Amino acid sequence: MSDMDMGHTAPETPRGGASRRDFIKGVIAAGAAVSTSAYLFRTSIAGQPATGAGERLISITVNGQVRRVDVLKQETLAMTLRYKLGLTGTKLGCDRAECGACTVLVDDVPHYACSMLTHTLRNRKVQTIEGLAAPDGTLHPVQQGVVAEQGFQCAFCMPGFVMATVGFLKTNPNPTRQELAHGVSGNLCRCQDYDKILTALMKGAELSRGA
Amino acid sequence: MAVIHDMMPAFELFQPASLDDALGLLDRHGADAWVMAGGLDSFDWLKDRIRKPAVVVELGAIDGLRGVKAAGDGIEIGAMTTLTEVVTNPLVREKFGVLFQGAEAAASPQIRNQGTIGGNLSQDARCWYYRAGWSCYRAGGNVCYADTPTAVNREHAIFGADRCVAVNPSDTAPAMIALDAKMVIRSSKGERIVDAQDYFVGPGTDITRLTTLQPGELLTAIRIPGTWAGAEFYTEKVADRKVWDFPLVNIASAMKVNGSTIERARIVVNAVAAQPMRLEAVEQFVAGKPRNEETANAAGELAVRGAVPLAHNAYKIPLMRNLVKRAIRGGDNGWASTS
Repeated sequence: MSDMDMGHTAPETPRGGASRRDFIKGVIAAGAAVSTSAYLFRTSIAGQPATGAGERLISITVNGQVRRVDVLKQETLAMTLRYKLGLTGTKLGCDRAECGACTVLVDDVPHYACSMLTHTLRNRKVQTIEGLAAPDGTLHPVQQGVVAEQGFQCAFCMPGFVMATVGFLKTNPNPTRQELAHGVSGNLCRCQDYDKILTALMKGAELSRGA
Repeated sequence: MAVIHDMMPAFELFQPASLDDALGLLDRHGADAWVMAGGLDSFDWLKDRIRKPAVVVELGAIDGLRGVKAAGDGIEIGAMTTLTEVVTNPLVREKFGVLFQGAEAAASPQIRNQGTIGGNLSQDARCWYYRAGWSCYRAGGNVCYADTPTAVNREHAIFGADRCVAVNPSDTAPAMIALDAKMVIRSSKGERIVDAQDYFVGPGTDITRLTTLQPGELLTAIRIPGTWAGAEFYTEKVADRKVWDFPLVNIASAMKVNGSTIERARIVVNAVAAQPMRLEAVEQFVAGKPRNEETANAAGELAVRGAVPLAHNAYKIPLMRNLVKRAIRGGDNGWASTS
């Protein structure tokens, strides 16, 4: 099984087994995801010739690292993160700026990654859910709050909620429950578990203040 | 309609660094060019394949279009200033609370972080027949699908319908008109400045646009004079959902009150017609009147005179009447405690 890690030096499952997540990342990194990527990026084959409106190969800063990536003109940040950089923690829900699952921080401010062209991210700093934990694996206080309070059910919306909260706390580190609810009002949960989510995020806010 | 989740069709992307470059690109590409500000309105059109522009001109790299600055006793807001920047600006909060509340009521936090004031003012209609690509009047066809016996038209117009019954959905437009803002429009031929009220056009003027902007033109700034700074303001937005949703009806008013007498007022309602409606008859009626329940009731009745409901939107008439009454009464709109 370990050969399926495809060069990941720090697999997320510690006992040597490859997680589904690592497998998917590995497949993407190896460029072998024919069924998904080729479909998504098929326009690059039939695409228009570039007519001098800037490079397709651009550098964007993601989670503190400068990443060189070949980006189509019409490509959204969510597509780049998930299918070019393998950062599948950012979820695509509606792809229409209506659910919040794809929320990431751009220059510390929450944005919907589905609704930004990656080409507008040159010289800007992107942070995704993968970039929250410390290098030694210590979780971000908001993540710790989520774990402590078991705030989510299926948790598909969780990365978006966590990123929206981390961004909101940068502008209001000591929110009331109502203020935080307003802060994360751009995120939906289909499990409708908002009360527990808020409790967990408030715990995260409290832990952030202590950190 | 199925929601498509894959990559948008290809377009050429230009990211000009100066306003002159942007205007040059718009001239060069003419009708092929699509102007993108924050992109929140644009992406729906592009992802749904309803509009397929060959060229997108993205304005985010033009620094000069962003920011709020003092201008005399008023302010000037760059068109690419985000709604969050408008909401958090101290000058806006201190002098023009009506705009602050209008901008804060728009969409969701993430959208306000990216969506621009110019885009919010210039956004297209939300009529779902039009948005879904039906060949209606607004799309250049010769039918209105929202005004047929079986049409779903709960969110459509009660005033000014002329073939098309779509409404202007902007949360900030009523505040701009109430504040007597001036819109600065640039093209390669020069600059023109129009009153906020005249920035918006109805179907009788141009059925394919909600604003006076012509191809090759860009809204670059909004100038708000000091005329109404610190006046008594009222805003309220009624929508099905508190977040994301567009208004069913919203109102913005500015009033100068002396003791218990209304000296003068500007009252604007949106989402009831293709243009935000300034209620000039009501403004004239209330000027010089005592601010009491009788004036409020009469103002409400006057406001909805001439309204023509469609099959499913008659509720907008009492809604608008009541919002006008509440604007005259003034006071807390409940906004601060519920947001």
